[in-house]
Amino acid sequence: MKRIYVNEMWCLGCHLCEYYCAYANSGVKDMVKALKDKQIQARITVEQRGAISFAVNCRHCTEPLCVKSCIGGAITSKDGVIVIDQSRCVLCYSCIMACPYGALTPAVEGVMQKCELCTTNSQGQPACIQGCPNKAIVFEER
Amino acid sequence: MGINYLYPPFEIMRNQDRCITCRVCERQCANLVHHYDEDKKRMTADESLCVNCHRCVSLCPTRALKIVKTDHIFKENANWKSEVIEDIYRQAGTGGVLLASMGTPKDYPVYWDKMLINASQVTNPSIDPLREPMETRTYLGRKSSKISRDAEGRIIPNSSGQLKLDIPIMFSAMSYGSISYNAHKSLAMAASELGTFYNTGEGGLHKDFYHYGKNTIVQVASGRFGVHPEYLNAGAAIEIKMGQGAKPGIGGHLPGSKIGEDISATRMIPLHADAISPAPHHDIYSIEDLRQLVYALKEATRYTKPVIVKVAAVHNISAIASGIARSGADIIAIDGFRGGTGAAPARIRDNVGIPIELALASVDQRLRQEGIRGNVSLVVGGSIRSSSDVIKAIALGADAIYIATSALIALGCHLCRTCHSGKCNWGIATQNPELVKRLNPEVGSNHLVNLLTAWNHEIKEMMGGMGINSIEALRGNRLMLRGIGLNETELKILGIAHAGQ
Repeated sequence: MKRIYVNEMWCLGCHLCEYYCAYANSGVKDMVKALKDKQIQARITVEQRGAISFAVNCRHCTEPLCVKSCIGGAITSKDGVIVIDQSRCVLCYSCIMACPYGALTPAVEGVMQKCELCTTNSQGQPACIQGCPNKAIVFEER
Repeated sequence: MGINYLYPPFEIMRNQDRCITCRVCERQCANLVHHYDEDKKRMTADESLCVNCHRCVSLCPTRALKIVKTDHIFKENANWKSEVIEDIYRQAGTGGVLLASMGTPKDYPVYWDKMLINASQVTNPSIDPLREPMETRTYLGRKSSKISRDAEGRIIPNSSGQLKLDIPIMFSAMSYGSISYNAHKSLAMAASELGTFYNTGEGGLHKDFYHYGKNTIVQVASGRFGVHPEYLNAGAAIEIKMGQGAKPGIGGHLPGSKIGEDISATRMIPLHADAISPAPHHDIYSIEDLRQLVYALKEATRYTKPVIVKVAAVHNISAIASGIARSGADIIAIDGFRGGTGAAPARIRDNVGIPIELALASVDQRLRQEGIRGNVSLVVGGSIRSSSDVIKAIALGADAIYIATSALIALGCHLCRTCHSGKCNWGIATQNPELVKRLNPEVGSNHLVNLLTAWNHEIKEMMGGMGINSIEALRGNRLMLRGIGLNETELKILGIAHAGQ
């Protein structure tokens, strides 16, 4: 299955992936309207210390601990893509405890959100890949 | 602080309605132009630091930014233009030579734009390159004037040490030091994919790039940086750099601040020591001396590699080229005065040398008249901007073309002409690891391959239009060119008729 991989050698720490992610998942057509004066809710986060940076999002594990930990049955694996049914999330935060990558975050409105490889929005291809100016994030089979 | 006589040349226009304060402009500007105002919760900028490289503009996700020329003016004066006045303020303040980068921005005539290309109509057929064979492969090196045949009448090959180019365009010399590791790697990768050559420049060859050797031209310049037997044998050809179009008559200076560990090892000089290339080669004061170096290099490589001699286009270029053609060199590279540089004194860049179009035409003419054109191939560079410039250069007599500025633009360069600051936001003309990583060679080489593939398509189309199906048939075919708006002397030097004739 194609997954998102990050090569920290080319990550510039520009954080554009976060903004393109938040825009893609906002459902708003205009990027300015979607993000201006708002706390952005990205499903990808740039981790940075000194000169090293890289973007982290859901690894879409073959043995997803979040799925096992979810008491509401909200997180499931759909053809390898780990997706969340937000209507079933009870905000127990078990997935946050279970995920070794910190890939799940609570949305401002409350329930959990996570990267679904842009399969559930109108992007088609993951928006972070398209937005990365240096091909540091790739979407490929490995 | 005193009085600051200089007003910033650019203004940064930020559309606050569109700015989402993602701060990418702030993070990506090595000149520290942009910053976030916590109190106002908005971005602001200090335009006095801006070099107009467009990094922020290109990365801004909402197109909230643009850079405009300031409309702040001096009292208008056709003689004392604002740049002239500002340069005087700069020099009065510093007492130093003005430094500049890339090719001259001055408004000198561009002869490429004053030549028009022919096409076939009625009496001779044009060729469709998509349906019929069209050859853009060419070979560089000494051509034998004699053809000998074996008993069965087959031609016995007698040319040796030829460079085979799948497209008649090569990447010209840019040293590792003047440009970054990733820029060099992009050029090397692209040259090997395209079946052409890139040039190490005078800074030696990084150990990681030896495996690109068969697509590499290794340079020997006056500073002899990084020259050793293994280096000479690593490339497909050796270039002796006598001069550079942007700064004929002077050497080079790579400041110690750019000489990090890798560059120090590649150039074989101490860490953080200034790398100074002398103006002349101290062992070359005549064509005979040049001949000695040509043969020393040939000897060192067992006569397997062609030797290129690169000179800047200067006033008596045809006599110089005639001498070089007799020195044993296989290829002459001529660099026109609009050629680029990582740093040069501005006055030299803007005032010394001659246009490559005129130099090429007169050299080709002179070598033909003397019957020694076949001794050497001619490669020209110094601001070849498009495939039509390539066609025109070949029709004027060039065997192949060198490009560098066009290649850097393909890598993202926006010609802000501040390479000498070492803070290239595009990761090209810098050695700062944070900035170098901005140029991913996978992306860079892909852009270069695309550019030359596109040019090659266009070259084929234009050659087909002329009814010509090979570079060999276009070379020196000045009947395919007509001048427009040129005077008698210019037409005579270019060896072309005026449009309508």
